[in-house]
Amino acid sequence: MELLVASAVGIMTAAGVYLVLRARTFPVVLGLALMTYGVNVFLFAMGRLTVNLPPVLTADAAGYTDPLPQALVLTAIVISFGMTAVVVVMALRAYLESDTDHVDLARSEPIEKADRP
Amino acid sequence: MNHWIILPILLPALVAPMLVLAVRHDVALARVFSVASTVLLLGVAGGLLAMASGGEPQVYALGHWPPPFGIVLVLDRLSALMLLLTALLALWVLLFAIDGADARGRHFHALFQLQLMGVNGAFLTGDLFNLFVFFEVLLIASYGLMVHGGGAARLRAGVQYVAVNLVGSSLFLIAVGLIYGVTGTLNMADLAARVPMVPPGDQALLQTGALLLLLVFAVKAALVPVQFWLPGTYALAPAPVAALFAIMTKVGAYAILRVHGLIFGEGMGEAAHLIQDWLLPAALVTLATGMTGVLAARSLGQMVSFAVIGSMGTVMIPVALYTHQTLAAGLYYLVHSTLAAGALFLLVGLVAERRSGPGDRLVVAPAFAQSGLIAAFFFLAALAMAGLPPLSGFIGKLLILDAVREGEAAVWIWTGILVTSFLAIIGFARGGSTLFWKSTAQEGRLQAEPGADSGALSFVAVGGLLAGLLLWTALAGQVTPYLEATAHQLLDREGYVDTVLETPGRVIEEKGHGTH
Repeated sequence: MELLVASAVGIMTAAGVYLVLRARTFPVVLGLALMTYGVNVFLFAMGRLTVNLPPVLTADAAGYTDPLPQALVLTAIVISFGMTAVVVVMALRAYLESDTDHVDLARSEPIEKADRP
Repeated sequence: MNHWIILPILLPALVAPMLVLAVRHDVALARVFSVASTVLLLGVAGGLLAMASGGEPQVYALGHWPPPFGIVLVLDRLSALMLLLTALLALWVLLFAIDGADARGRHFHALFQLQLMGVNGAFLTGDLFNLFVFFEVLLIASYGLMVHGGGAARLRAGVQYVAVNLVGSSLFLIAVGLIYGVTGTLNMADLAARVPMVPPGDQALLQTGALLLLLVFAVKAALVPVQFWLPGTYALAPAPVAALFAIMTKVGAYAILRVHGLIFGEGMGEAAHLIQDWLLPAALVTLATGMTGVLAARSLGQMVSFAVIGSMGTVMIPVALYTHQTLAAGLYYLVHSTLAAGALFLLVGLVAERRSGPGDRLVVAPAFAQSGLIAAFFFLAALAMAGLPPLSGFIGKLLILDAVREGEAAVWIWTGILVTSFLAIIGFARGGSTLFWKSTAQEGRLQAEPGADSGALSFVAVGGLLAGLLLWTALAGQVTPYLEATAHQLLDREGYVDTVLETPGRVIEEKGHGTH
């Protein structure tokens, strides 16, 4: 199980980083989403990987699974979902207004277009 | 428990949804509520500063869960000072914004209040994961503010800004996960107590977490090599938003001070002094990069953005050294650079609005309306930012130079600060003379941008920030004892840990005795 989880985190993060470094917005958005998935699984694994154990420590329990990372992951999922929605909307607006989906700003652009409302 | 502590978070959190739900169609009413809320916030921050100057840090346990199990807010001298600075900057920026800029898009005031909520929360929280949540609150509000008013270039810069910060947030979560996995806690005081006991086998994981956190905070504070997002974002954001963002870089500096000073500072076993080797060179390179950028900038907005990067370098030098004298000097400079950057960004907005055509580009063009008054304000603000006497920038740099005199890196720091000050002077002199001086020899007059409607209130706002700078200069002697006490409190790690971890414990004990 350790190998499976660790390689899942690694592959998702690597793919995410690769996609974030692309020049167009759609791969960048996908890459950001993949990266947050990788991070979520990683965060989950930080409470140690255990199977079939209660989340609460009782006197006669053989062990327990840490409930805190699960709460953290829940928060992180909600936040990253919201952020992905925001970046999709902003990328779409940027594409519609400037007719290009390149992420980087052209060299002269910040100055020439800066003050158009 | 002192319930005033949570008010800087609650107040904007209640006002923002009300602005969206109840008064979204009435700009005038939204302005009234937003200004009233910010004035109240200023009052609360002033009260909290008075409370914090008493000495001991004050702890607010949310839901009365005793730390380290629940989330705590901690009010000490540093957080009270940052809260007051935020409220002061926000009030002047808001006065500038209600002079017309807020009506160019929707929901400006609601986003503004949410931004204040996030910033205040980040300054108050005593929990690492809660710090992440407040970072996200302030970021998501800043995404909305950044693209306020729209425009193709601004939106594309906004996408970049969001992408950079989303990657930053992912790194933050990885760092939090690593630190939790090794220590089993996220409460900052509890972390400070447990980090020295981490076994050698786990040190690599812990130190990776600490350095990842440093990287995340460095992105916020725009330190080299992760400063590249700042010029594009700040130069393209609307003027009042860029001025408000002047506090956001300081959130990064505050987080490094708080987290790395407390948890990975002196006496923390193998993890101690982990960041100093990285932070001081990064700060010096940031300083040089920023001030060279001031020389190379092609628009006033870019020039001020690079000056902000340079001033962050100056702020981080004393933070990296983390001694009693340097911290007091660094805090003085931090307040000064926030006010100066705010005033300069508002001036960029005034200039760009009045020069239809060239905007804020540094090209010689005919004179524009009220260029005399704007030039006078720019002169004052640029003097302060470059660090020339008699304003607070000079005093701040002098304090830093004096504080580092006996250290090993003194030569580098002295050379860095003095040479870059010279570069900043040349840069700002070039900008000022191109925009204001050479225009007097030109024929004709530039028209204002269509829809430009900033009037007297904008000038009041800029004047207010500059008055703040003058006051900060005049009262340098009076505020020094407070800043020195703040530095003492930052270095007194055991005091912080004991106050946070033990006070509520005692409360529980007393309750237990009561029921018996």
